[in-house]
Amino acid sequence: MALFEVENLAKVYGDGKVQTPVLHGVSFGIEQGEFVSIMGPSGSGKSTLLHILGFLDKATSGVYRFEGKRAEEYGEEEAAHMRNEKMGFVFQTFNLLARTSVLENVKLPLLYSNVPERLWDSMAKKAIEDVGLSHRSEYEPSQLSGGERQRVAIARALVNSPSVIFADEPTGNLDSKSGSQVMEIVAQLNTKGHTVIVITHEAETAERADRILHLRDGRIEKDEKAAR
Amino acid sequence: MKIFHLFRTSLIALGLNKARSALTILGIVIGITAIILIVSLGQGAQNLVLGEIEGLGSELIVIRPGQEPSGPTDIGGTLFADSLKERDVEALKKKANVPYAADVAPVIIVPGSVSYLGETYRPQIFGWSAEFMSRVFNIYPEEGVMFGESETRQRSSVAVIGSKVRDELFGLEDPLGKNIKIRGRSFRVVGVLSSQGQVAFFNVDEIVLIPPSTAQTYLLGIDYYNEVLVLAESPELVERTVRDIELTLRESHKITDPKKDDFFVVTQEGLVNQIGTILGVLTAFLSSVVAISLVVGGIGVMNIMLVSVTERTREIGLRKAIGATNRDILGQFLIEAVFLTGAGGAIGVFFGIVLSFVASLALSRGLGVAWAFSFPWSAAIIGVAVSGLVGLVFGIYPARQASRKNPIEALRYE
Repeated sequence: MALFEVENLAKVYGDGKVQTPVLHGVSFGIEQGEFVSIMGPSGSGKSTLLHILGFLDKATSGVYRFEGKRAEEYGEEEAAHMRNEKMGFVFQTFNLLARTSVLENVKLPLLYSNVPERLWDSMAKKAIEDVGLSHRSEYEPSQLSGGERQRVAIARALVNSPSVIFADEPTGNLDSKSGSQVMEIVAQLNTKGHTVIVITHEAETAERADRILHLRDGRIEKDEKAAR
Repeated sequence: MKIFHLFRTSLIALGLNKARSALTILGIVIGITAIILIVSLGQGAQNLVLGEIEGLGSELIVIRPGQEPSGPTDIGGTLFADSLKERDVEALKKKANVPYAADVAPVIIVPGSVSYLGETYRPQIFGWSAEFMSRVFNIYPEEGVMFGESETRQRSSVAVIGSKVRDELFGLEDPLGKNIKIRGRSFRVVGVLSSQGQVAFFNVDEIVLIPPSTAQTYLLGIDYYNEVLVLAESPELVERTVRDIELTLRESHKITDPKKDDFFVVTQEGLVNQIGTILGVLTAFLSSVVAISLVVGGIGVMNIMLVSVTERTREIGLRKAIGATNRDILGQFLIEAVFLTGAGGAIGVFFGIVLSFVASLALSRGLGVAWAFSFPWSAAIIGVAVSGLVGLVFGIYPARQASRKNPIEALRYE
């Protein structure tokens, strides 16, 4: 059983009058422990696909199974719980809370978890250490560089040891040096056993993965093993 | 998400916008301050008035002419009524009619001032047996004597004056035996009351007492009394005595229907209840006017919460993406609103208490009355609770808006 199973998935935005189809019948599967890039130009539907996979959005038609269970069968609370426990998100724009320390930012997912509070500090510190920012844990986001901010976001995504990490254009707002540093960390996460799904339009970033799904106009154009 | 963290998260969010948070709760602060002030001053006024009524003594019964006033402004019926006359007093004095009356004393209120040589003073002038006053209120002369029944029968022109009246008119001169002028007639001063300040509804130091018969005949030319005071033998006999008085006066006035009474009887207990009701209604009325300001304050809170929800759209999206449920988000914003207004209420209670303390000091100094500061515990607790409730009511809409945000759109929001 694949971790993610997608069959004939379609998504149409808009109400009755103006309808914008974004995904047209996409099918693929992703196994536990894979490192996959979803690549495509802007407007190809790759972000929408990631949102559906991450329970942030719902497909219009088709089947999506996570851990063998259909997405529709997850209720609102349960979906939130899945996002908290099994999934970690890294966004292009970091989305850190301003005027809140690195440590507190990384702890944020634990607030919504069942993890006992006495473990929060050590878990957050461990995650910050994993991204090499221990010396910055009391800093606020505004005092950090872009690359450092994205590493904080990665620490936040992995603090609850999720099985999957979603990264939506993680290097999009970074210079190439910080970008490759961030991707280095993302690749390490995969070697530690996390399933990693990265969305990008940059070939260089995509090629760090084991497998690349090429998306164009809402369809999978090519599903290839990356040449590492 | 644990309640403690909800509180902390809310506190941090509010702390990030201190000036705005402070301005938002200003309406609530002012509203609660005003309510506390009104309730506290209302209680103080009530204590003061009730204290004075209690000074009347629980055995004292006051009979007034005319119809019982239906409200605090309806005094016309008593002011010009002339239904209580000498024969009523005589009837009340008969043991067969009112067996448990220890004493009966009519009272005349004499408008006007008192003068001695060049000095003039405006005290309260009563046509009232000075001996009765000694018996009921334990007021005795510092110098000289009180006058009583015989002076009243003879319509003597004698007067007993309060200590302040003496100071104003005579200075260091000995007043005894001197003649003072009231409404053009000379009265010989026979006694000076010891200084006691406020007793019941008058200030002992600022009164002049003359025989009621003299006041009727020579000063005012009337044959009725403004009030008749009856002293019951004991507090337990007050109720019985009131009944006896009513029966006696109805017989004397040939009244069969109690609704047509041309007099009414007031006891300490009755007055206490009446004044308590009037002040209670007044306080409730003022408080409800002020409560409108709480609604206005609540709308202000709702407005700012809506702005805050919009501003923090990305934050809401992020929180949802990392596992916050709609309930978590709802709780966070709701607690923020309740915390905001609750804090406003607490600050309002603090200011209200400080202000009412200052006001009670100013009143007792400025007016020279024993105005005691009373801490309105119930109003303080209700004030904080109500302001919290305002937060809950006016916070629920913005909080729902927040919790219903679609996480993706929230994350994309610029």
